[in-house]
Amino acid sequence: MSQFALELKDVRKSFGSAEIIRGASLQVLKGERVAIIGPNGAGKSTLFNLISGRFGISSGEILLNGSSIQGLAPYQINRRGLSRSFQITNIFHRLSVYENLRCAVLWSLGYKYSFWQRLNGLKDVHELANNVMEQIGLQTRRHITAGSLTYAEQRALEIGITVAGGAEVILLDEPTAGMSRSESDAAVELIRKMTIGKTLLMVEHDMSVVFGLADKIAVVVYGEVIACDTPQSIRQNQQVKDAYLGGHAPMENAA
Amino acid sequence: MEFTLITLLNGVSYGLLLFMLSSGLTLIFSMMGVLNFAHASFYMLGAYFAAMLSSHLGFWPALVLAPIAVGILGALVERFGLRRVHQYGHIPELLFTFGLSYVILEIVQLIWGRASIPYAIPAELDGPLFTLYTTTFPKYRAFMMLVAMVMLIAIYLLLTKTRIGLIIQAALTHPDAVEALGHNVPRVFMLVFGGGCALAGLAGVVGGNAFVTEPGMAATLGSIIFVVVVVGGMGSLGGAFIASLLIGILQTFAVALDYSLGSVLKFIGVGVQMTSPWYSLFSLTISQVAPVMPYLLLVLILIFRPRGLLGTREG
Amino acid sequence: MKRHILSHSVGTLLVWFGFAVLLIVAPKVFNQGASLSLLSQMGTLMIFGLSFNMLLGQGGMLSFGHAVYSGLGAFFAVHAMNLAAAGVLTIPVSLIPLVGGLAGMLFGILFGYVTTKKSGTTFSMITLGMVELVFACSLMFPKFFGGEGGISTNRVMGNPFLGITFGPQIEVYYLIAFWLFVSTVAMFAFTHTPLGRMINAVRDNPERAEFIGYDTQWVRYLTLIISAFFAGIAGGLSAINFEIVTAENVSALRSGAVLLFSFIGGIGYFYGPMIGAVAGVFLTVMLSDFTKAWQLYLGIFFIFIVMFAPGGIAGIWASYYRMFKFRKMRQIWPAFWKICCAGLLTVSGAIMAIEMLYQRSLGGDQEPIAKIAGVSLNVFESMPWCIAALLCLIGGVGFFFTQRRFIAVWNSAMAEIEVAILKGDA
Repeated sequence: MSQFALELKDVRKSFGSAEIIRGASLQVLKGERVAIIGPNGAGKSTLFNLISGRFGISSGEILLNGSSIQGLAPYQINRRGLSRSFQITNIFHRLSVYENLRCAVLWSLGYKYSFWQRLNGLKDVHELANNVMEQIGLQTRRHITAGSLTYAEQRALEIGITVAGGAEVILLDEPTAGMSRSESDAAVELIRKMTIGKTLLMVEHDMSVVFGLADKIAVVVYGEVIACDTPQSIRQNQQVKDAYLGGHAPMENAA
Repeated sequence: MEFTLITLLNGVSYGLLLFMLSSGLTLIFSMMGVLNFAHASFYMLGAYFAAMLSSHLGFWPALVLAPIAVGILGALVERFGLRRVHQYGHIPELLFTFGLSYVILEIVQLIWGRASIPYAIPAELDGPLFTLYTTTFPKYRAFMMLVAMVMLIAIYLLLTKTRIGLIIQAALTHPDAVEALGHNVPRVFMLVFGGGCALAGLAGVVGGNAFVTEPGMAATLGSIIFVVVVVGGMGSLGGAFIASLLIGILQTFAVALDYSLGSVLKFIGVGVQMTSPWYSLFSLTISQVAPVMPYLLLVLILIFRPRGLLGTREG
Repeated sequence: MKRHILSHSVGTLLVWFGFAVLLIVAPKVFNQGASLSLLSQMGTLMIFGLSFNMLLGQGGMLSFGHAVYSGLGAFFAVHAMNLAAAGVLTIPVSLIPLVGGLAGMLFGILFGYVTTKKSGTTFSMITLGMVELVFACSLMFPKFFGGEGGISTNRVMGNPFLGITFGPQIEVYYLIAFWLFVSTVAMFAFTHTPLGRMINAVRDNPERAEFIGYDTQWVRYLTLIISAFFAGIAGGLSAINFEIVTAENVSALRSGAVLLFSFIGGIGYFYGPMIGAVAGVFLTVMLSDFTKAWQLYLGIFFIFIVMFAPGGIAGIWASYYRMFKFRKMRQIWPAFWKICCAGLLTVSGAIMAIEMLYQRSLGGDQEPIAKIAGVSLNVFESMPWCIAALLCLIGGVGFFFTQRRFIAVWNSAMAEIEVAILKGDA
């Protein structure tokens, strides 16, 4: 049993002749919270897509809890305990909030493709969905169609669906995108609450979110992980400064 | 050998007719994402308009006017019908064209009756072009092929060499970006839809007198052009061209061949007994099996190569 | 909370009870000669439409080939009946629909695996190819499909059970009503199972469904198999009702019809296709008795629904019911009756014109008289045409002016309702 929840070994991905991911390597310990940052176009979302099985990799290895997951379909990867959220809200817009969460827990509770069991009679499904709904603070909106929620509510639901299935490794793709300061703070609290004891991998641009949540920061530039270290070290890292600021970084003030 | 050659030429001319129809359908689908179920209905309208116009004005004016009339009708349909339904999504769009095909059929039957109407090949185009031994190849078929080739070249030039063609090509994949650049994309859509229908109308003008002009003509060709578009690859004009020729030649040959499937098997050395339970299958002639072949091809393509021969997307 | 659940269950039970009562009592209420036949047709079409909507409304899968499953079910049923009559098989007529259902399910397993490999437009195209393929094949295998004449049978066969021979139409009606009730309960129950909920999720967002652990192809495949089963039951009942099955039963025409009717009824609601079945039988079988223009009316009505009421009749009913529930009817009434009048005028003018056109076209010089609503009109005189044109003109202009007001009033009422809902739930 590997100590690493998630491991990337020299992963490469080309789209046609353009190599987007050029040898990314990463190791995430169990229970660690890692934030992935980097300039626009560095390939952060692409990495997420590769890990979660949306695209296949061109070469390299991706290991989940020690076993390889490349070439697997998204649903197979999810069944092995990895779940992800999306940058553009990806929910079941015609179902209610409650139904959204119910769907999210069905497979993990083992109900699979059953068409002989009454959904309303499944107590464990009901309880689990209710719990998640309370945690994300949408229990007063339980019967509202998901498509009618406000943006922040939809992002909360997105996180809820991601976490509800009980996956051990959670990937959140820009969870606070488009949020105001107060909404972001609330989202950070929510994420912290819901990922206790889980391994978290997060793409983020908002540095206060990053510093508030992450144990480690991985910096992705031009499809490579150029650094993966504690927040303090990353702050001082010259390579990172050059990548963001083109080598003209001002003198670091007392931060 | 003459049989093969003539049948091949017939197949090519039929295939080119199919291409005239499916090119418009491909353009409309590529740009607007709408599978125009009423496309064959515009083909039918082209034939009926031409029949009506040619009896008053002669064939050649009809050749020009009828497609324009159909094109205008198509543009109106897009402006007042399709555009409204677009907001509801792809399924209502499809259903709209589906209902439209139904209504057009009824109106045609209302105005012109349910029987076939006379629509004659003009005298100057009637008669054989050349004769190989005992089989003739009619002038009119050659004329059809000419019209189709001219049309193909015209579309190619329009799309690649003119400014509007460039805009159309861009709007084919990125309508929002093109609109952001200041082009009137809804007007482009209307033009493309009208243009596609005009092409179908043109096909009707030349096809209506080669084959019969009757209310059933839309239904018979309608499903085949869908097969052509899907087999060629949704959104690929080149694919539609290849698929049209392929299916045109296949169909024409199959209909002309009277060999039973059993005799084909015997030819390759497999004997079939009269008592075999599959006998009724093998006693079928190829010409009897012909109607099935395009659909078999469709299903096979969709299973093994869903983006079609030259397509880039799965629709 | 508990009281709410209880009243909900009591409410649901009442609806089902009412449905059963309606089915039992319908022949007594509609007791004209042809009514029984119409009710029977509506019954089979309802099952067919509900099974179709499992794919479209619940799964987002637009199938142009659903008649393949009902038609093949019908063929297997009719052969089973003939075999039973010949003494080879012992199956009572009342279980023949099950034979149809199992046949439908079998072909659902066979064809469904291929068709559900893809989704969206590709799926629709495969189903179109599939139905054309099966239809073309049906003319190639006359032993099974009966060629041009189809396969006929006699539903009065075997030993009568409690005096029931299924000869009289009323007995057939109650057989259909029984299977309709059972199938409706079953298909409704399906929507409340894990698979039934997941097919909704796959409809809304197939990618997300993959990321919560579900293989979307399997979800769609299993749903299609179940849907084909019920389609087969409808086919079997059709075989019993008409005592003949032809190639038309597996045609694209029949697939298109169920699509048309279900959409008219409303694909967004479970009971929508049932309304669609009633409307469908009305618009085809009944209307054809009154006017030769029925196909045109059907087509125009369908386009109208697609363009202006894509939620179907069920959707229209639901939105007006919502207005009523939130007590907004008084608000919209003034604009509403005005637009209805304008619409009525236009429609009457249009019907007049269409009927006269048809009379002119089909009757020709021999029969210049068109009878509309008991009034005889000579289609070659100009007066009736002027009246029709005037009606259309006045109605059209009136509609143009009243619709803007109506839309404004409707939208503001809807906005108020939405605010009330959001507030009420908080």
